[in-house]
Amino acid sequence: MAEEKVREFKGNGRGPRGPRPKLDHPMQTFLRIMRYLMKYYPVHMVIVVLAIFANVLCNVQGTWFMKDLIDVYVRPLLLAENADFSGLLHAIARVGGFYLLGVVAVFAQNRIMVYVTQGTLMHLRNEMFVHMETLPIKYFDQHPHGDIMSIYTNDIDTLRQMISQSMPQFLNSAITIVSVFISMVVLSVPLTIVTLLMVAVVLFSTKKATGASGRYFVQQQRDLGKVNGYIEEMMEGQKVVKVFCHESQALDEFCELNNRLYDSAFNANQFANVLGPINAQLGNVSYVICAMVGGVLALNGTFGFTLGSLASFLTFNKSFYMPINQISMQLNAVVMALAGADRIFNLLDEKPETDEGYVTLVNAKKVDGKLVESDKRSGLWAWKHVHQADGSVDYVELTGDVVFDDVDFGYDPEKLVLHNVDLYATPGQKIAFVGSTGAGKTTITNLINRFYDIQDGKIRYDGININKIKKDDLRHSLGIVLQDTHLFTGTVMENIRYGKLDATDEEVIAAAKLANADSFIRHLPEGYQTKLTGDGASLSQGQRQLLAIARAAVADPPVLILDEATSSIDTRTERIVQEGMDRLMKGRTTFVIAHRLSTVRNSDCIIVLEQGHIIERGNHDQLMAAHGKYYQLYTGNTASH
Amino acid sequence: MYGTVPKGNDIGKKGNTYMLKTLGAQIKEFKAASIATPIFMTIEVLMETVIPFLMASIIDDGVDKGDMHHIYVVGGLMILIAVIGLLGGLGGARYGAKASAGFAKNLREAMFANIQTFSFANIDKYATSGLVTRLTTDVTNLQNAYQMILRMCIRAPLSMICAMTMSYIICPRLANVYLVAVVLLGTCLAILMVRTHKYFSKVFEKYDDLNASVQENVTGIRVVKAFVREDYEKKRFTTASHNVYGMFVKAEKLISLNAPMMQFTVYSCILLISWMGARLVVARGLTTGELMSMLTYSMNILMNLMMLSMVFVMITMSMASARRVSEVINEKSTLTNPENPDYEVTDGSICFDHVSFDYHGDKENPILKDVNLNIRSGETIGIIGGTGSSKSSLVNLISRLYDVTEGTVSVGGKDVRTYDLDTLRNSVAVVLQKNVLFSGTILENLRWGDEHATEEECRQACHLACADEFIERFPDQYNTFLEQGGSNLSGGQKQRLCIARALLKKPKVLILDDSTSAVDTATDAKIRRAFAQEIPGTTKLIIAQRISSVQDADRIIVMEDGQIQGFDTHEHLLETNEIYRDIYELQTKGGGDFDEKAGEN
Repeated sequence: MAEEKVREFKGNGRGPRGPRPKLDHPMQTFLRIMRYLMKYYPVHMVIVVLAIFANVLCNVQGTWFMKDLIDVYVRPLLLAENADFSGLLHAIARVGGFYLLGVVAVFAQNRIMVYVTQGTLMHLRNEMFVHMETLPIKYFDQHPHGDIMSIYTNDIDTLRQMISQSMPQFLNSAITIVSVFISMVVLSVPLTIVTLLMVAVVLFSTKKATGASGRYFVQQQRDLGKVNGYIEEMMEGQKVVKVFCHESQALDEFCELNNRLYDSAFNANQFANVLGPINAQLGNVSYVICAMVGGVLALNGTFGFTLGSLASFLTFNKSFYMPINQISMQLNAVVMALAGADRIFNLLDEKPETDEGYVTLVNAKKVDGKLVESDKRSGLWAWKHVHQADGSVDYVELTGDVVFDDVDFGYDPEKLVLHNVDLYATPGQKIAFVGSTGAGKTTITNLINRFYDIQDGKIRYDGININKIKKDDLRHSLGIVLQDTHLFTGTVMENIRYGKLDATDEEVIAAAKLANADSFIRHLPEGYQTKLTGDGASLSQGQRQLLAIARAAVADPPVLILDEATSSIDTRTERIVQEGMDRLMKGRTTFVIAHRLSTVRNSDCIIVLEQGHIIERGNHDQLMAAHGKYYQLYTGNTASH
Repeated sequence: MYGTVPKGNDIGKKGNTYMLKTLGAQIKEFKAASIATPIFMTIEVLMETVIPFLMASIIDDGVDKGDMHHIYVVGGLMILIAVIGLLGGLGGARYGAKASAGFAKNLREAMFANIQTFSFANIDKYATSGLVTRLTTDVTNLQNAYQMILRMCIRAPLSMICAMTMSYIICPRLANVYLVAVVLLGTCLAILMVRTHKYFSKVFEKYDDLNASVQENVTGIRVVKAFVREDYEKKRFTTASHNVYGMFVKAEKLISLNAPMMQFTVYSCILLISWMGARLVVARGLTTGELMSMLTYSMNILMNLMMLSMVFVMITMSMASARRVSEVINEKSTLTNPENPDYEVTDGSICFDHVSFDYHGDKENPILKDVNLNIRSGETIGIIGGTGSSKSSLVNLISRLYDVTEGTVSVGGKDVRTYDLDTLRNSVAVVLQKNVLFSGTILENLRWGDEHATEEECRQACHLACADEFIERFPDQYNTFLEQGGSNLSGGQKQRLCIARALLKKPKVLILDDSTSAVDTATDAKIRRAFAQEIPGTTKLIIAQRISSVQDADRIIVMEDGQIQGFDTHEHLLETNEIYRDIYELQTKGGGDFDEKAGEN
């Protein structure tokens, strides 16, 4: 995924011509984009609008000159005895001045828009990212990661197109249409009517073609989806295909889907391609008809229509089609961009994680048996509790005393996954959770660090309700090694240091040694400086887990949660890691989730979960003696079947 | 990323030619359409060019001379020409779409077909996601580029040349102005394009990195939050994002010169032509109508020049896609069928003779070192060892998923390299560690093992693999539809189904590569018992983490660091092999895992 990214906006600048998505409130979204632009670039925007006006008007002015060129200069000069070109020279100089102004305006517009576009995108991107970091885990559960990514890539890119191309072009086209229309009416009403009639014909046939193309585009999207899905599935399972000698069947199935895609792609593109020639050639027909009618009018001198007027009119006729064409081409891009902008704003409007906690975590030292705040890392932590009522300050030693008091929880409030969970971990204990997949083991640990908030009951940490503890401080006090290991792009050293940003190289290496990761790291091409990419794709699952453990170890947390942290490490290596962790966590509380027996056997307390209920608790010997679920699981003796 | 792909600039002329040849060969049955498209486009262009020329005639011979008849005749002719042009345009649209859609179809097919011949080593070389991108996004890019080439690459220059020629026919003196303008503007555009292209490829790289970092934050959000690194990540991101902004601005500032440059040239041409033209008209060297058509041609010429530069940019941008696609098409499988292959595997005996193996062919430091093994047909062999001890690599050599670096691997007494690949793989069934089920019914998935298996045979295989118990609890039983990757099954269910699928091959050798890790211990034992009773003649190799999965095998291989540390019965190993004893003691005195059991009850 990360290795090869889809780069949508390298394609043609015209934007996809697929079916238009439905928008709920396009105007609101559009206005919000405008407000956004005006917020950061008010002066820029005003200049750009002025520049566009200037450009269009200079251009129109030039076309009017066509009329004078022929009527005022060329024709009279043809008849004159002594041709005097000074008037013409003047006129050309004047028009040249206008043109120069136009060029400057175009330059200004384009140059400024670079800053506006890229700047706006940067602000948006930053705002999105900064906001995203504050969102609760729930958001990431509810939105497929691909969708979130696509906001940063596709949606931002379509928006880029809209800001940099569509919007200026729209304005330009609109002004052009109005001014050209006025000019045409001034030059000749009958010819204007002829032109408008032809425009109607063009719009009608365009609509027809777009309709047909739209239908096939929907079909094409569907077929493309099927082909891509098949490709994805087969590439994922290519090794299985090989092992089962299934190559020819796979190819046959693929060809069938591929041929269907060809059909719809051919048709969709065919009708989309037709738009260009229809516009251009019907434009030509309109041009010819105007030329004929205009020729007749000029010949008769009807309504004071001259040859020069005709020349101007014909140029206007040409420049009337261009903006119409452009608007119809940009329309899809705009609709797509608005849909994308909608998603961007939705992300920005998501409610961030709330944090009403005020109890903070501080380093402490004991002076005369009393806790005092310390500014150095002392190995002793305390909760600083500022009472809201009178402002007095209490220090409570962090010991890792965690209590669940009748806790209910469900990811979906309607569907509880934990019921009436009571739990007490006394300081220094190693608590293990066992139970089948979906029993709620990971969920419990996710509640301690407030990735999710409970529905009912209370969780206390050293006697303090965790809702009163500042989230950041709460999480600082908990070292977690998650079920799914995630590594970041960067060196091995940087990845371990993620646990404690100011850790020295020595501290990092010590942590790696503790996690038994040191030896394999030294075998990497560049040791600790080896760069990891794509979530550490070059490492085995077991190696990645060792790194994750080292990362937690360097943080040296008061409380540690290991969620299947050693599941991909073989039993012998695991033992070494475990010994290291036990040394590190001596006297501190550790929560362990594991499905491997050897991992949990020496825990102080083992909690057996089933379908969100705690069904047994006790140490290994007690549970074995009880002959309950744990005993069953442990001996593999499943009489229940 | 593309570890083996040379960067754009390193590829020489020769590489490019070869690449284009590869792609060109895929046009195949769409040659006619590919040739027709530019021809139709030519018709459109020719017609378009004639129109302003006739225009001059209407004005000079019609309006000026007051000849109404001439106006009608020429006007009619012009409309006819516009209609012919329209037909040309429509033809170009149709055949362009056909040729490019067909080209894309053939590219996809060629790639997919070649991927089917890939060996495991080839597959490893390209990541799965890499292959998917090549088959999808890259092909789409090429389809667009190809259509652009067919429709615009001929049209734009031709249109320019025609307009130019007409200008020269009308008035060579004025036409020279255009020639100068084209050369000047063309040079400027070319310089600009080359420079922006260089900038942009750099910018895109940075931009990709930026998006990759977003991706990492999205997938790793729990780690970020658990370590309270939000502020750190925000700072990192905004810095990177500001850098990207700076580079984009730099690159786009160059592009923003495009429009004013173009406009400047057009305006200069118009003014020059107006001035010179007017003088010429007065001097009777040019007619009014001709002057007007000259002005029309000026737009024509310069617009097409602009178009050409855009096409050029698009083509260079699609070169990266072209390279990636042609790489897959040209990739040669690292494994080939022997010339006179054996089509029969006589029995399930396996022999490793001084086998060394490395994924990159490293002979100095291979990951399997000088392995010697003799396994009799019908034996059950357990394989145990730590992560990274090369257990999987060892068994992958048996069905020739990879070729040995040194030594020989024999099955049924013959070197695996002498067998027909299909024959060998049908006789040696492997249940891979990372196994995959496909979307379709359970029955369809099972029949991957044997297309012609009856439903009864499928049931039988499922019974052996203890998969029948859960399948028969589904409402649709064997016709239950599996989602992609079998995502609607639990891990243990998937594994059992994969085993059943392999059993349907009725193999002489069955290899289970950690294939029961998610199956509970009791079921695991049941499956092994069934194997012993029902398929005694099949050689069975079982890789496992759990000692209970291997301890009742005939013999057990203990692997460490790519070497065989012990190969004996359970009892003997307990006495003689320290590693084995160590693992045993860690795991026994109890089962091994808390399993999926409860979830499946």
